[in-house]
Amino acid sequence: MADGEGDEGTMAQRVRVGTDITAIPDVIASIERFGDRYLDRLFTEHERASCAGPPEVAAAGLAARFAAKEAVVKVLRPAGARPAWRSIEVRRAPSGACDLALTGEAARLASEAGVTDLGVSLTHEGNIAVAVVVALHDDPPPCG
Amino acid sequence: MDDQIRHVLAEHARLAVDVGDVGDDADLYQAGMTSHASVNVMLALEDAFDIEFPEHMLRKRTFESVANIRTALQELRNGSG
Repeated sequence: MADGEGDEGTMAQRVRVGTDITAIPDVIASIERFGDRYLDRLFTEHERASCAGPPEVAAAGLAARFAAKEAVVKVLRPAGARPAWRSIEVRRAPSGACDLALTGEAARLASEAGVTDLGVSLTHEGNIAVAVVVALHDDPPPCG
Repeated sequence: MDDQIRHVLAEHARLAVDVGDVGDDADLYQAGMTSHASVNVMLALEDAFDIEFPEHMLRKRTFESVANIRTALQELRNGSG
């Protein structure tokens, strides 16, 4: 429900959307240049395990996950320090479906923004990976 | 320090303009630096200056301009970062 029509005083819900795009060759180049320092700074163990495979295949998955992290930041709209990249995790189910798990600063920002649900979609084609994130958040009724 | 910063930017920031034409306070994101490129800039600065950016400095503003990068590096070198 967006722009809810509940009783007076109830919390309406609104939608935020974030999207981002990452060039897969840039991820390959960063892995070649910075190695594990790059990977460890950005990605959780689960994310790295989810993107196992030949370098080009792994980089496509990682590029999509980096895009997802940036898309989450766009929906969280931090006023100051941005959350650590690893505090935004793309969780991949055995079916291949992906969800988001927030911890630390990202979870705090989501709580402050009244985010009640997050959805993510990842895709890649050729040299490009894209992520779209949708957030439902509470919209407090106006005072007075 | 500024020469090293600009060398890192020339190698990693993927600016749409020559880094020599970028003023100290010019917005590097407006000049074409992507979020992913800023990660490479951060890691390359850590290599060049033998420092590590703590999480609380990983804000967009830290890498937004040559002047901001210089300030962050000076804070880290002085132990106040």
